[in-house]
Amino acid sequence: MAMITLNEVLETNKMIEHENLDVRTITMGINLMDCMTDDLDTLNRNIYDKITGLAKDLVSVGNEIGLEYGVPIVNKRVSVTPIAMVGSSACKTPDDFVTIAKTLDRAAKTIGVNFIGGYSALVMKGMTAADRMLIQSIPKALKETDFVCSSISVGSSRTGINMDAVRMMGDIIKETAEATKDNDSLGCAKLVVFCNPADDNPFMAGAFHGVTEGDAVLNVGVSGPGVVKTAVEKVRGENFEVLCETIKKTAFKVTRIGQLVGKDASERLGIPFGILDLSLAPTPAIGDSIADILQGMGLERVGAPGTTAALAILNDQVKKGGVMASSYVGGLSGAFIPVSEDQSMADAAEMGALTLEKLEAMTCVCSVGLDMIAIPGNTSAATISGIIADEMAIGMINNKTTAVRLIPVIGKDVGDQAEFGGLLGSAPIMPVNKYGCEEFVNRGGRIPAPIHSFKN
Amino acid sequence: MKMIKTIVTLSGKDTIGIIAKVCTYFAENDINILDISQTTSGDRIDMMMVVDTERFDGTFKNLTDGLKEIGDSIGCSIKAQHQEIFDMMHRI
Repeated sequence: MAMITLNEVLETNKMIEHENLDVRTITMGINLMDCMTDDLDTLNRNIYDKITGLAKDLVSVGNEIGLEYGVPIVNKRVSVTPIAMVGSSACKTPDDFVTIAKTLDRAAKTIGVNFIGGYSALVMKGMTAADRMLIQSIPKALKETDFVCSSISVGSSRTGINMDAVRMMGDIIKETAEATKDNDSLGCAKLVVFCNPADDNPFMAGAFHGVTEGDAVLNVGVSGPGVVKTAVEKVRGENFEVLCETIKKTAFKVTRIGQLVGKDASERLGIPFGILDLSLAPTPAIGDSIADILQGMGLERVGAPGTTAALAILNDQVKKGGVMASSYVGGLSGAFIPVSEDQSMADAAEMGALTLEKLEAMTCVCSVGLDMIAIPGNTSAATISGIIADEMAIGMINNKTTAVRLIPVIGKDVGDQAEFGGLLGSAPIMPVNKYGCEEFVNRGGRIPAPIHSFKN
Repeated sequence: MKMIKTIVTLSGKDTIGIIAKVCTYFAENDINILDISQTTSGDRIDMMMVVDTERFDGTFKNLTDGLKEIGDSIGCSIKAQHQEIFDMMHRI
């Protein structure tokens, strides 16, 4: 192999130092099925011991690798088997489930990770008694813990959409908002509703360790919106071929870092490497923005006509570059378009360039969905269910993952600003369509699985 | 310490003797320099050294801390990174 040149070294380090290139997360997925028992105290002890045993070195190894390669590994996280299953034998009430949430939180704090995902239920078709109790426990669980993330999967392309669950989640999101209203309803930032969820997603709040996975696995999420943005700005005015090639090459380079870190962490921890998630994930840091990339492609503001096409290009080229860079690609692997976590996205929303409806259209061509959107606190539960139903339908029909993470900020309305702090950022309260859908979402039952032929 | 080639980069204002300082540090710590390249433009310097840290008797953190100290004393930023990160990104 030819010796690395000075210019190559400088290019890499410029990406790291000036364009926010980092490894966004190393997430250890941990199977908790073998913790199951019918005694709640024993279950909690088993869960705590398993997580703190397997992941005890996750943070130190992540930091060590970060130091040796000189690239920040921003987050270290854990995802676990959906807790509705793990607690199904021991939990007799929603409050029993809350004890598990607290155990997860305590384990997260012991090992030093900043989020733990998997307070989850998979109810795409039906709901067990345990699923129902876990869902009912969410407002209290998210209020009384700091790092626990919850996700509820309510639909899939194979099963259709469980509209009873969709209706229920409208209420649960409102109750969670109410329970955490002192912090701008922050609890809802840790709660995701999914269609076609990924079993190996390393990104929060939607990460859980799928039941098709092994006992423990390391999944890695790379990121580099700032790097792509800089590359795109260099080809301003060039045609689409040049634009696409530029994004593809940049995505390849960014993804290689994740591949290296994932393999190395896997070796050092003795945990198999699962997948690399190619998602471009923004942060509120200046320049670390998906909206900036789209604007760099030639949009005056994100949300303008052309936005969906620009996002489709970005998403597809990132995949094309990333797939060759990694031996195993998985998770969500698409551009994220959260509003509060992306400063330029929030700015566009505030000036009215970006609307909820345009965001919904954008989710048709990228991962993952309506994400980190602050809406008026007085939005009805039925309307939230309607928004969820729309987003789930996009996922179901198009065979892709979609998600909803809405924050009805209690006590705030259009014109106000919600502050979530840190990586979660801040966002203007966005207007929601005033017309109702109560009669529709209250019907109950399921939307049947769609036909998989006659694609149009 | 495992035998891994390390890339040391220095960038900042070019002054007399800065490379000598870094080289002295390497000599004192049993670190062998395999390759050096540099560019200067105006009064700026960017330099890269490929070094072999096999005989270095310390952790990687000791190495980066030691280089940071020298960097601070001469007004340059000095980084050390395993070569693999660059191979991964720039070589297929």
